[in-house]
Amino acid sequence: MEKPLTQHIRADREPLSLKEYEKVGGYQSVRKAIKELDPGKVVQIVKESNLKGRGGAGFPTGVKWGFMPPSEKSEHPRYLCANADEMEPGTFKDRLLMEGNPHQFLEAIITSSYAIQADVAFVFLRWAYKISARAIEKAISEAYDAGYLGKNILSSGYSLDLHLHTSAGRYMCGEETGLLNALEGKRATPRAKPPFPQVSGLFGKPTIVNNVESLCCVPHIVNNGPDWFKKLSYTEDGGTKIYGVSGKVKKPGLWELPMGTTLREILEEHAGGMQDGLTFRGVIPGGASTDFMVKEHMDVKMDFTGPTKVGSRLGTGTMIVLDDKTCPVGLLHNLQHFFAQESCGWCTPCREGLPWIERILLALEKGEGRQEDLDILAMHCKYLGPGNTFCALAPGAMEPLQSALKYFKEDFEKHIQEKGCPWRS
Amino acid sequence: MLTDEEKQEIEKHIAIYPQKRAACIEALKVVQKKRGWVSDEMLKHVAEYLEMTSDELDSVATFYNLIFRKPVGRHVILICDSLTCWIMGYESLLSHLSDKLKIGLGDTTEDGRFTLLPIPCLGDCDHAPVLMIDEDLHRNLTPEKIDKILEQYK
Repeated sequence: MEKPLTQHIRADREPLSLKEYEKVGGYQSVRKAIKELDPGKVVQIVKESNLKGRGGAGFPTGVKWGFMPPSEKSEHPRYLCANADEMEPGTFKDRLLMEGNPHQFLEAIITSSYAIQADVAFVFLRWAYKISARAIEKAISEAYDAGYLGKNILSSGYSLDLHLHTSAGRYMCGEETGLLNALEGKRATPRAKPPFPQVSGLFGKPTIVNNVESLCCVPHIVNNGPDWFKKLSYTEDGGTKIYGVSGKVKKPGLWELPMGTTLREILEEHAGGMQDGLTFRGVIPGGASTDFMVKEHMDVKMDFTGPTKVGSRLGTGTMIVLDDKTCPVGLLHNLQHFFAQESCGWCTPCREGLPWIERILLALEKGEGRQEDLDILAMHCKYLGPGNTFCALAPGAMEPLQSALKYFKEDFEKHIQEKGCPWRS
Repeated sequence: MLTDEEKQEIEKHIAIYPQKRAACIEALKVVQKKRGWVSDEMLKHVAEYLEMTSDELDSVATFYNLIFRKPVGRHVILICDSLTCWIMGYESLLSHLSDKLKIGLGDTTEDGRFTLLPIPCLGDCDHAPVLMIDEDLHRNLTPEKIDKILEQYK
């Protein structure tokens, strides 16, 4: 089984130096793209590969690139921003790629920047990823020295500058337009769309924002072709996926597997199943902002369409497992506390609704819940759902809540009837 | 006042962006690095340096979780309070830390050694529960392990 993204990453994550990376074929896609391919051809190849965004939304990367105005007719500088603000609870996959093989990430940025004819690229890294920051800083300096960055890359006439921005911690920075505001030195509130960032993004210039894992697929697509990439997958969506599992399983971790691997294989084979004495109750499959999947969904193929058929999403592909000794209401309270805290406060439903939800869940945990609270929670799932808020934060927050109300309703009711949390008594 | 060294470091960040104010988060971090936190006075100096108003800069400073607008201890403990760590033992870890240091979240020990703060998911969920002290990540934690780790920070 091919694992293009993680094949060279060592078990201890000691990053590959530039020399080590070049020895295993590193930076080949930069040479190939710059010397043999028109930028438009690279965009075309990525479109054909059916690469979809690995940050959670699943938007086709090549199509996103295609929304940029042609370079010769557009304002410059054009920007590429690598979204490395991995703050989705339960998500730890981009950390692996940046710590273990920072040069692959840089190669991905350079080849992608060439495709969209960006003049400047930013890595928007979350503050807490100190090990990634050190690895990327070193890699950037090596790449400049080797002529992969800076003026006239590999004597091609194409120039690119790359900067690392390490932020100061806020979930909203991971939202595409919030990220752009943060890079401009503002509060990371979302922007109205249109205009879309591809047309008017960072400092009002054409900008592409892509997730780390999405970008890291690009060198391999350029080197091996779109058909090869599509064949890596079990399903229509191209490529491999880095799946992760955390919670009370025997072997929590990350695995690069064919896109469309079943939930059962990921949880039972790779994560080793539940710890002894515990029973599986459900899983939040793609970071905190996705709907629970339960036992009957074990054979769902985890790609961008499989989970949607059972009311969930692939999201980031990093799963959090709920066991029978953990209280689903307490878990939801933890989640909604996170979303309420990290809401930027820009739009009313999110700013007011999320703390309300958090308070109700806390009341349930403390034994102060009332039957009508469940209706109020259900109401919020509707009012904070898609179309009612400025960005995807609140609708994302409602996904685990609405599905928990569906699958674990009796546990909510028990909190009311027994005047407290059955797991804490 | 900003020191020359701080000004030089801020200038490096300004050079990256087409607008001065874009460097403001980095500038706040430069100030915080040496001084531990960003006082009203320093905020004013940074704002002047970047041609922003103090209010404008404060609106940015208070938006981000890791710009400290109050004094902190010599070492800052950032304990992950998100989902996976919560499942894997965040609450017992926190109560152990609180008992040992005799402080709650948001507080600083009397001797000024530690400040204890919550932080959203640190992105190391397969090693939960985790926390950071200053810039170091500590993983697979138990109350016993924590006691040893704290010894490293004087």
